[in-house]
Amino acid sequence: MANLQSNFLGIKSPNPFWLASAPPTDKKINVLRAFEAGWGGVVWKTLGSQVKNVSSRYSSLDYNGQKMMGFNNIELISDRPLAINLKEIYEVVREFPDRAMIVSLMADNDRESWHEMVKKAQDTGAHGLELNFGCPHGMVERGMGASVGQDPEIAKMVVEWVMEVATIPVITKLTPNVHSVVPAGRAVIQAGTNALSLINTIQSVTGIDLDSLVPNPNVGGKSVFGGYCGPAVKPIALKMLTTLAQDEIASKVPISGIGGVGTWRDAVEFMLLGASNVQVCTAAMHYGFRIVRDMCDGMSNWMDEKGYKSIDEFVGLSVQNVTRWEELDINFHITAKIDQDKCIHCGLCYIACEDTSHQSIDIERGNPYNKYTIKEEECVGCNLCKIICPVNDCITMEEHRKGPEYLNWIEFQKRGLPLNDH
Amino acid sequence: MSIQNNRLTEKELETNFSDVHPPFDHAEPAVIEANRCIFCYDAPCTKLCPTSIDVPLFIKQIASGNIKGSARTILSSNIMGGGCSKVCPVEKLCEGACVYNLLEDTPISIAKLQRFSTEEAIKNKWKLFERKPSNGKKVAIVGAGPAGLACAHALSLEGVDVTIFEKEEKGGGLMTYGVAAYKVTPDFCQEELDYITSIGGIQIQYKKELGKDVQLSNLQKNYDAVFLGIGVGIARELDIPGEELEGVVDAISFIYKLRTSPYSKVAVGDKVAVIGMGMTAIDAATQSKRLGAKEVTMIYRRTETEKPCTDVELDLAKLDGCAFIWLASPKEIIGENGKAKQLVCSKMKLGEPDASGRRAPVDTGETLTLEVDMVIKAAGQIPFQELVTKSSLANNNGKITIDKKGSTNLPGVFAGGDSVNGGKEVVDAVQAGKEGAAGILSYLKL
Repeated sequence: MANLQSNFLGIKSPNPFWLASAPPTDKKINVLRAFEAGWGGVVWKTLGSQVKNVSSRYSSLDYNGQKMMGFNNIELISDRPLAINLKEIYEVVREFPDRAMIVSLMADNDRESWHEMVKKAQDTGAHGLELNFGCPHGMVERGMGASVGQDPEIAKMVVEWVMEVATIPVITKLTPNVHSVVPAGRAVIQAGTNALSLINTIQSVTGIDLDSLVPNPNVGGKSVFGGYCGPAVKPIALKMLTTLAQDEIASKVPISGIGGVGTWRDAVEFMLLGASNVQVCTAAMHYGFRIVRDMCDGMSNWMDEKGYKSIDEFVGLSVQNVTRWEELDINFHITAKIDQDKCIHCGLCYIACEDTSHQSIDIERGNPYNKYTIKEEECVGCNLCKIICPVNDCITMEEHRKGPEYLNWIEFQKRGLPLNDH
Repeated sequence: MSIQNNRLTEKELETNFSDVHPPFDHAEPAVIEANRCIFCYDAPCTKLCPTSIDVPLFIKQIASGNIKGSARTILSSNIMGGGCSKVCPVEKLCEGACVYNLLEDTPISIAKLQRFSTEEAIKNKWKLFERKPSNGKKVAIVGAGPAGLACAHALSLEGVDVTIFEKEEKGGGLMTYGVAAYKVTPDFCQEELDYITSIGGIQIQYKKELGKDVQLSNLQKNYDAVFLGIGVGIARELDIPGEELEGVVDAISFIYKLRTSPYSKVAVGDKVAVIGMGMTAIDAATQSKRLGAKEVTMIYRRTETEKPCTDVELDLAKLDGCAFIWLASPKEIIGENGKAKQLVCSKMKLGEPDASGRRAPVDTGETLTLEVDMVIKAAGQIPFQELVTKSSLANNNGKITIDKKGSTNLPGVFAGGDSVNGGKEVVDAVQAGKEGAAGILSYLKL
């Protein structure tokens, strides 16, 4: 059995699955339930200045009958009295000493406030701190959250304040509402943060009620931009994570991956692209804490199959496989192949290719079933048909190299080779 | 042993004749089912629909919450899409072609989804079609069944003024009078007919029978064109001794009675034999059982493999507790005091394939005898040969001959549906009505 034990900056947890700072980690009752269900750690919902929440708070993007492909919230940081939160954190740390307890913080934008918050959080016995520089709504208007994270200089300043008094590891959580997360990441590392986490939520409007014409979520006839998360943001999060993992400075500290993690597969992907562990929220809000069971089991089985004994053995392995476009091998060429025995004649590959791609599929009309075959010489190997096909392994991509040797775009230009050959 | 009515309580009858395929009771499950549809291109389901309903489109429209659009998609191809969703043998049409079958998965519930949209349209009286202003052309249609109604709707849409002559008291044809009650209710048939005629320009004269109350020659004189959708009527005789005995009825009359009287008034025997294995035979057998017959035995001269009904229909009869005797052909009905008492059948075996491509039943010389008090003949219907011939219509054993444009040998006289094809599904009649209308519009240069 693979060992899922995680050691993030010396913070140990029995598995790399933490619950992100969010509603599921707002109260002792939730966190106890999470730990009982098997979560490795939690980042307690952000403590900070007093706030007042509104109703409603969430909205969802559904897709073809599937609920919560994307999820959006306008909830603020914890609206409970600070003293209660601190007391409960203190109690939970002692009740579950083997789990990671990180406290998320967002103080008013001055040195004293941050010093005070850091000290109070440390007094609970928590194992680490996470600085919330990412919340995209509510706090921004007050000069906190994403407004800190979007300006590397301010972010750097705040981290410096924190590091002056921090006695436990500090993770800085980055906002994705920037064109690149690298500048802020570099800045906070220079200021001494011990780790990074990303992504926080992405500003969004999930949809509009077509009767009231008010976007979701509706708060008494109005809405505001919310923070988007869930399965839909995973690809964006993975991209941002990769840019940090490939950056000379940002890659020097561990990263906690966040953004649409719902299964062990998602978690493995984040870790392959450089995350040392992952944080989860939306999936737990959708299905409850019990999802962690398969996350642990699935990752463990995958590791056994691949021969990894500990999670550190595969963290970052895919980072090198994301390259620059001009370094891709132009001689690599694949074409689609349809397995006629598996084909159910739905025609989706054909119409997609015919209407929107390269007219590379032949149709032989039948009643009621048409026969579809690939025109190999026309196929550019784009994958579209294979992606669309509803039958597993019915369409496969076969390799037919254009030339034996590796040839990239730079070399291609140097040699003055002909451009489009069709 | 006797033939009697009122065998069951009102409550039992109500249960027995409630919807055999219950609908979605609200939008949510319909949307969930609609979202299973993968939206095939050049979809097999559409290809196997005689009216070519764009099935993936109407299902997509349910999924997107565009129920009105969905109903329009269905009804613009098949104005009786509501009724067809209840009576079509979808297992051999759209649903039988669904690609999910090839994945060894349950096909999309196309009929149920179609029923959902069309019932919304009919219930809410959605005005989905607008008739062009009247162009002064007048067309007479004989028969307010599926073919006649489909033809009328298509013609009226183009501004033609249509008069339908119907021999019964109600329209709908076999939908109203010839289909098992648990598939479609007379009330629904009336609502559907009202919905179809609500576009205007369609007048129906009831109790007007061709050859008696109206003459084809007069219609030809008084109208710009005529469409004959007169269906088939007469039940095929068994041509065996004892057919005249009390207790021997034909399935069409039996079901007609069931559709026109309260269930408690419909008499059925203790021991019923049903001859035939088509859809009407299944209907007669299941309805007999549900009226309270103690034993119902279906008799067919070939094997289950050659049966004309679908597996789904056969399962209905099996679940209702009907018995089956395969490879048996009625030879004689023996009576006592003028009442049917025994049915003697010849035992058959399968020989060489016949014209239908199925192996023909051959008499083995042996017989079997069944105690009965009621025999329902469901061996098919035959066309109105005498009427057709008398009207100088070219025909093939009574089935009216038409050309590619739906025209008969008489100028301006078109025909379609069962009276031409000898008896197919409702959906085939609707398509024939549409084609007849297209032929007439072209004939009238509209």
